[in-house]
Amino acid sequence: MNKKYDVIIIGAGISGCAVAWKLARYNLDILLLEKEADVATGTTKANTAIMHAGYNADPNKLKGRLNVKGNEEIREVSKKLNIPYKEIGSLVVGLEGDNLSVIDELYQKGLKNNVKKMEIVDRDWLFEHEPNISRDAVKALWAPTAGVITPWEAALAMAQNAVANGAEVKLETAVEDVLTEDGQVVGVKTNRGNFAADYVVNAAGLYADEIAEMVGIEKINITPRKGEYYIYDHAKDFAVNHVVFPVPTPISKGIVVTPTVENNILIGPTSQNVESKTDLATTREGLNEVYKGAKKLYPELDLRDTIRVFAGLRAADDTEDFVIEAAENVKGFVNVAGIQSPGLASSTAIAGYTADILRDEGLTLSEKKDYIETREEPVRFYEMTNKERAKMVDQNKDYGQIICRCETVSYKEIIDAINSPVGARTVNAVKRRTRAGAGRCQGGFCGPRVVDILAQELGIDPTEVKQEEGNSQILEYKIKQLLGSKVMDNA
Amino acid sequence: MIETKTLTCVACPKGCEVTVEYEGDEIIEIKGNACPQGQSYAEEEIVAPTRILPTTIRVKNGALPLCPVKTTKQIPLENMFEAMQIIGKKEIEAPVKMGEVLIENILDTGADIVATRDMPKETY
Amino acid sequence: MLNLKKDLVVIGGGPAGLAAAKKAYDEGIEDVMILERDFEPGGILPQCIHNGFGLHYFKEELTGPEYAQRFINDVKERNIEIKLDTMVLDVTKDRKVYAMNKKEGFLEIEAGAVVLAMGCRERTAGAIGIPGTRPAGVITAGTAQRYTNIEGFVPGDEVIILGSGDIGLIMARRMKLEGADVKAVCELLPYTGGLTRNVVQCLEDYDIPLMLNHTVTAIKGEGRLEAVEISEVDENLKPIPETAKTIKADTLLLSVGLIPENELSKKADVALDDRTGGPIVNEGRETNIEGIFACGNVLHVHDLVDWVTEESQIAGAHAAKYIKNNFEKTGKCAEVKAGENVRYVIPQKIELEAGDRKRIPLYMRVSTPLTAVDINLYADGEKLYSFSEPFAKPGEMISVPLAQKTLDDLDDLSEIKVDIIEKEGE
Repeated sequence: MNKKYDVIIIGAGISGCAVAWKLARYNLDILLLEKEADVATGTTKANTAIMHAGYNADPNKLKGRLNVKGNEEIREVSKKLNIPYKEIGSLVVGLEGDNLSVIDELYQKGLKNNVKKMEIVDRDWLFEHEPNISRDAVKALWAPTAGVITPWEAALAMAQNAVANGAEVKLETAVEDVLTEDGQVVGVKTNRGNFAADYVVNAAGLYADEIAEMVGIEKINITPRKGEYYIYDHAKDFAVNHVVFPVPTPISKGIVVTPTVENNILIGPTSQNVESKTDLATTREGLNEVYKGAKKLYPELDLRDTIRVFAGLRAADDTEDFVIEAAENVKGFVNVAGIQSPGLASSTAIAGYTADILRDEGLTLSEKKDYIETREEPVRFYEMTNKERAKMVDQNKDYGQIICRCETVSYKEIIDAINSPVGARTVNAVKRRTRAGAGRCQGGFCGPRVVDILAQELGIDPTEVKQEEGNSQILEYKIKQLLGSKVMDNA
Repeated sequence: MIETKTLTCVACPKGCEVTVEYEGDEIIEIKGNACPQGQSYAEEEIVAPTRILPTTIRVKNGALPLCPVKTTKQIPLENMFEAMQIIGKKEIEAPVKMGEVLIENILDTGADIVATRDMPKETY
Repeated sequence: MLNLKKDLVVIGGGPAGLAAAKKAYDEGIEDVMILERDFEPGGILPQCIHNGFGLHYFKEELTGPEYAQRFINDVKERNIEIKLDTMVLDVTKDRKVYAMNKKEGFLEIEAGAVVLAMGCRERTAGAIGIPGTRPAGVITAGTAQRYTNIEGFVPGDEVIILGSGDIGLIMARRMKLEGADVKAVCELLPYTGGLTRNVVQCLEDYDIPLMLNHTVTAIKGEGRLEAVEISEVDENLKPIPETAKTIKADTLLLSVGLIPENELSKKADVALDDRTGGPIVNEGRETNIEGIFACGNVLHVHDLVDWVTEESQIAGAHAAKYIKNNFEKTGKCAEVKAGENVRYVIPQKIELEAGDRKRIPLYMRVSTPLTAVDINLYADGEKLYSFSEPFAKPGEMISVPLAQKTLDDLDDLSEIKVDIIEKEGE
C-alpha cells in the first residue's frame, strides 16, 4: 500500500457516486471502487428513473426524511452537472373499484414529509391533462414536484465531477475484504491490490450485506427484489404526460406508466423477491403482470413499438428502510445500504447525510478553494436541432459521421464517451452515455460500428470487446478460425 | 432396399413435388415433375447432389478483410466442407477484380473459385 | 451548411435507389443525387454473398454482390452522383432533404422530387419480448451476416436460429459452413416463411432440423448466452409449458421479421399502410405527398430483389415524369383492395393517366399457405379475370399484371379487388 486515501467508497451506483460527488468538494483524497467495467451497472441502470415527490415514503423512516430533500436538491444539481431531468409531475390515479381513501392518506403523508404543491384532482382534470387515461378514473393525487431523470447519467455525472475535483475512480476493481487494525478501518483488499484509507463507505448495493459482514456486521440482510419492465420506442404515437401510478398496495407502488426523459414510454415494475443477486431474467408471468397493470391505467396501450424488456433488482434490507449509519463495532466504516426506492430520488440527500456521519466520525470536511461546481454539457446530437448540428459539424468534422441512425449519434460523441474521464469500455457503456444502440433497431445497424470503434480506441481486438460484464464478448471467433478445428458431418 | 424420396424441385419457381423411387444409386421411377428439368434434377439429387458454393475468402491489404467468392459451377454437396477448409486456409492479395479466378479446379471438380465483386486495395 | 438544389434526390443507394436513379436518368433527369449511409453502395446486397439473385431480371443466377455491381456500374457509367457515408436526418413535405457526412458537414438539399429507398430494419428480441436475460450472443440474423461476411467475425459456434424466413435459413447454412454447430431453426408458425429452395439448400442439405410450431421461450446466461429454452406452441401460437426444453447455445440469431424503415417518411407526413408498414402509393409509386415516391423494401418487404428492381424503375420513371411536369392524374382514383386470403396489394391506388404504359403489375402476398388456387381480379365487384397457380405461399410474393387495355374498358372504376381462393374439391 502506498497512497493513503481519506475515504474509499465501495460501489459506483447512484449512492456511491453521489457520496463521491459530495465529498469531492472537500479537501479529501477519495477513491471510488467499482467491480464492473462501468458505473451504474447494477440497480442504477434498471429502475423506473423517477424523482419521487416524497408522499409515498414513510415519515418515520429515513426514506421519508431524505426523499423530499433529494427531490428539491436535484433541480439545482441537474442543472449544474447537466443531468437530463424533467419535472413532469406524478399522479396516483384511483380507478372505480380502488380503495380511493389511500389517495387521501398519501396526501396526508406527503404533508407530513413536507411535499409541496400537491393537490387532489378530479376526472375532468385527468381527462384534460392525461387524455389517454382510463375512463374509469375517479380522482388522483397530483404532485407537480415529481420528475424523471436518467439515472445512469446522474451517477456518471457525479462520478465525473468528483474526478474533475480530484477523486479517483477504479473500475473492474472488486473488494475482497475490508482491512481493520485494532477496531479501526485501515483499507480494503481488492483483486487489483490493497488500498489504504481511514474511512470506508459501503455503497455496494445488492452486495452491501456481504461487504458489511467483512467487518463483522451481521444485521444487514439484502434481499434482491426483482422488477420487470417494457420500454417503448420514443417514436410511439401515444401520449403519456406524467409519471402515472395506480393506487399502491402495502408491498409495492404498483405498475407505473411513465415517459422517460428521452420520451420513451416505460411500464413496470413488478415486485418479486428472488433468490439470486444475479437473477435479472424477465419472465412471461412478470411481463404479463406489467402489461396488465399498464392497461388498467391506459386501456388503449398496446405492445406495438416496444423495443426492449428488462429487469432490475432492488436491494431491500429487512428493515425496508435505508441503512445509513456508522458501524458501532469498528471505527471509520459507514454503511449506505438498503437503498431501494426512493433511493434515486434521495441520492443527493443521502450523500449529504453520509457526509454528516463521516464528519461526526471525525473526518475533517474543509471546503476546497478551487472547487469545480459544474460539469460541461455533453454534446447530444439527438437533442439538437438541425441548425445546432450544422454548427457542431462546422467546428469538428467528426460530428458529421452518424453512427447510430435510430438515435442520431455521431462518431465524435462515441469517441468522446470512450475517452473522457470514467470513459466507456463496453458496448453498453457507450449505449448509456450516447444512446447508440438504444433505439428501435437496438444496435442492428450501429452495433458492428460501435464494436469497431471500441476496439480501435481501446487498442484491443474486436473479439475482446464486451457487451457489459465479465464474459460478455460480442464476437467469439475471427472468420475461418473455426474451420478445421471441428469434425463436421457431411450431408 | 427400395426407397422413396419426395423432393421439391428448385430448377424453376414452380417448385414441383417430385417423388423418386430408387434403390441405392439406381433410379426406378420419377413422378410429379412438370418438365424434363425436374427429371434430371431429381436424378441428380438422389445419386450425386451438387450445389454452387458461395462463401468468402480472406484478403490481405484490401478495402475489406473478406472478398465474397463462389464456385463457377455446381460441385458435389459432399465436397462442401473440404472446399471450405481449402478456401479458409488461403489469403489473397488485393486488388482483385470480379470474376478473377482465385483457386483453380477446386478438389478436381472442374469448378474454379472466383471473386464475386471487385476488391480494391486498402485506401489508407 | 452546404445548400444544394437537385432535380431528384434518392434516399438509399441499395438496389431500389440504384435502379430508380438509373431509370430517372434514362428518362432525361440527369441532375440526380443518391444519398447512402454506408461506406459503399449496394444496400444489403454486398453482405448477401449467396446466389439466387437475378433469376427473373437477368435470367441468370447471381450472388448479391454481383447483382449490386451491375447497377453500381450502370450508375457509375452515367456519372450519377452518390454521396457515401451520408446520413439523411430529415425530409420535409416540401421536399427539403437534410443530411450529414464527414467530408462536407451538414447538407440542405432542395429536391424537385424525392425517392424514398431506405429499405427496412430487422425486428429485435426486445421487440418480441422474449423473457429471460439480455446476454451477449443474441443478435439479428442480418447483423450476424454483416459480421460474418463483411467484418470477418463469427459471433459464436453453438447456434440456435429463431425464424425460418430467408435470412434465418441463409445464415443457418452460412454459419454451418464457417464451422459453427447450428442446432436448429425454430419457426413459430406451422409453415416456413422463406423460399422453398432455401429450406432445401440451407437446412436439408446440412441436416439442420426445422422445428415448426416452436419458439424460444427464454434466454439464459449472464454475460454471454448459455442456453435457450424452446417450447412447442398450440394453434393459437401460445407456448405449451410442458414441452419446454433447454438447449445449450452461445448464439441466438433472430430472423423474426423485417420492418420497413419509414421514420423519415413520417417526418414528411407520408401516410403509411398498416398492413405493409410502408407508404400508401399509386401505380407510379407516388406517396400521398406530391413529388415524394417510394420503392423497394421501404414500401413493402420483398422476397426477390428482381421485383425491387422492377418496382424501383416504375418509381424512377414516374419521378422523372413528375419533374418534367409530365405527370398527370386522371382526377379519379380507383382503390386496390386486398380480398380474401390476400394480406396486401401494392399499389393501393390507381389514379394516373396511362400514357404509353401497357400494364400495371400488382404485387401481393397471400396471408396463409394455399394449394391449387385461383387468383381472381374484380372491378367494382365484377370478375375481370382469373388464373390458376399450383400453390400460394406467404413467403413468396405474387405479381399479377393488370393490362392497361382492361382498365381502359372500364368506366368510372372505383375499386379493383384481388382474392386468392383454393379450388373446390382438390
